[in-house]
Amino acid sequence: MNHTTLTLIQLGIVFFGLGVLGRLAGLIGMSPVPLYLLGGLAFGHGGLVDFGSIEDFGHIASEIGVVLLLLMLGLEYTANELVTGLKQSWLAGVVDLVLNMAPGAAVALLLGWGPVGALVMAGVTYISSSGIIAKVLGDLGRLGNRETPVILSILVIEDLAMAAYLPVLTAVLSGVSIAGGLTAVGVALAVVTVVLVLALKFGHAVSAIIDSPDRETFLLKLLGAALLIAGLASAMQVSAAVGAFLLGIAISGATANNATRVLEPLRDLFAAMFFVVFGLNTDPASIPPVLGFALLLALVTSVTKIGTGWWAASRQGIGHLGRARAGAALIARGEFSIVIAGLAVAAGSVPSELAALATTYVLIMAVFGPIAARYVEPLVIRFQRGSVQASAPRSAVESTQDSPRTAGPEL
Amino acid sequence: MNIVETPLPGIGVRRELTLTTGRRVGVVTRRDGQTELIVSRLDDPDACAASIPLSADESAALGGLLGGTKLIAQLSAEQKDLPGVSTQQFPMHETSRYAGRTLGETQMRTLTGTSVVAILREGSVLASPRPDQVMLSGDVIVIVGTDSGLTAAAEILQSI
Repeated sequence: MNHTTLTLIQLGIVFFGLGVLGRLAGLIGMSPVPLYLLGGLAFGHGGLVDFGSIEDFGHIASEIGVVLLLLMLGLEYTANELVTGLKQSWLAGVVDLVLNMAPGAAVALLLGWGPVGALVMAGVTYISSSGIIAKVLGDLGRLGNRETPVILSILVIEDLAMAAYLPVLTAVLSGVSIAGGLTAVGVALAVVTVVLVLALKFGHAVSAIIDSPDRETFLLKLLGAALLIAGLASAMQVSAAVGAFLLGIAISGATANNATRVLEPLRDLFAAMFFVVFGLNTDPASIPPVLGFALLLALVTSVTKIGTGWWAASRQGIGHLGRARAGAALIARGEFSIVIAGLAVAAGSVPSELAALATTYVLIMAVFGPIAARYVEPLVIRFQRGSVQASAPRSAVESTQDSPRTAGPEL
Repeated sequence: MNIVETPLPGIGVRRELTLTTGRRVGVVTRRDGQTELIVSRLDDPDACAASIPLSADESAALGGLLGGTKLIAQLSAEQKDLPGVSTQQFPMHETSRYAGRTLGETQMRTLTGTSVVAILREGSVLASPRPDQVMLSGDVIVIVGTDSGLTAAAEILQSI
């Protein structure tokens, strides 16, 4: 069999296998990301079967996957939402950043991975998965809840933080000094500000260039612009991912909605490939040694996210149950933690155990996050009832009848 | 009535009002135009008891029902001072001979002494319709008159 034939067969098996895994994930209502990672682990070096032939395709496909993931992240929020979010919730964003970056950085330093490893792990444990969380909130019917805007505004800030974090990470990974890193921060912040202003004032112009009444030409223009800008950003030492992200922010209004619709299947395809390739390059044998640390990190960063959500929700005058729901919803980590770890692994400046730790950590958090979001409420209620019953018996909490506010005991 | 609008970044927008019972009732409109009807819980006003996805047709129909009730309530309140006069709504069935014909053709006022004050169609209210207004199957015809007049009007509208 020649190489192309083998590649086609192996790719076919991989995609079909991912399809089956994705369906399984859908059936039990979880994110497919952890299953894709598991699939990659199983197919890769040291796994059940060695699928080396797809590496050529896999490499470029996973690069495109990252570009599309970040482009769609940028499309998700309008420049307006980003600016309002920043104004209203910057303090919650700072608390989120400090509480959730610290554990990752601490573990990396403990394992002797140096400042670069610490910066990478800080990012991995910091960024919640907006994809998983938005889906969980919709599935659980919580879009009408009062704490939901609090959760979403924290996600908005995390997105903006990514725009500053990724260029710094890229600069540090390519081995520049602290001063170089700081310059990168300055450049990144300046570029982000300029893009935000441009998007606010001339967003429709950017959209008009990309927009096209025909779906086919629209897709080609959109993908072309994204890859072009990602490539240029990469050439200027600002990560390719950031270029795509900023383009996503600049595209606005109806064009952004259409772009999301058109790009979704492509993103699903290439992002799946990205997760598989990341799994492929992680040796399953390297997981057991870091399992303990992954569990420790999972525990600590679940607590810190709950703390963040609890605090942010309490500032908006939301009750205990709502605070607990906001905290638990934020636990899920997913695609962007792997994107960060992937950038680091590709640069080759971090030990290979980092990939294993990041994989294991995301496997745990992507599965545990939605479960926590679902079951935090009954847990808190049981806990509250337990403490109430200990003091005095009380009638059922749930009331099904509307009664006028003046007469009702609900107040 | 105070309607509070909350942006939901990345998802859409939520519009809601707080009832006198303390419940929040509102609508979440997603970016793709899909709407959800939300009703908050009584024991935990931060949370939702129900979050019901509605299609465009369904939300229009629901809006019509609510708007219609309001109109009827208003009319009934206005007629309190006029004993013997009341308001009723009649659905226009597709079997009716007047489905697709104008209001004038029924000669309703001449024959029964009642008057058609509104037609409810697909969530909107056509108030004070003129004699050349066409009635369609599925419309709800709102009529004001005496009890005997209303009975006669119903017979006319149902005639095949």
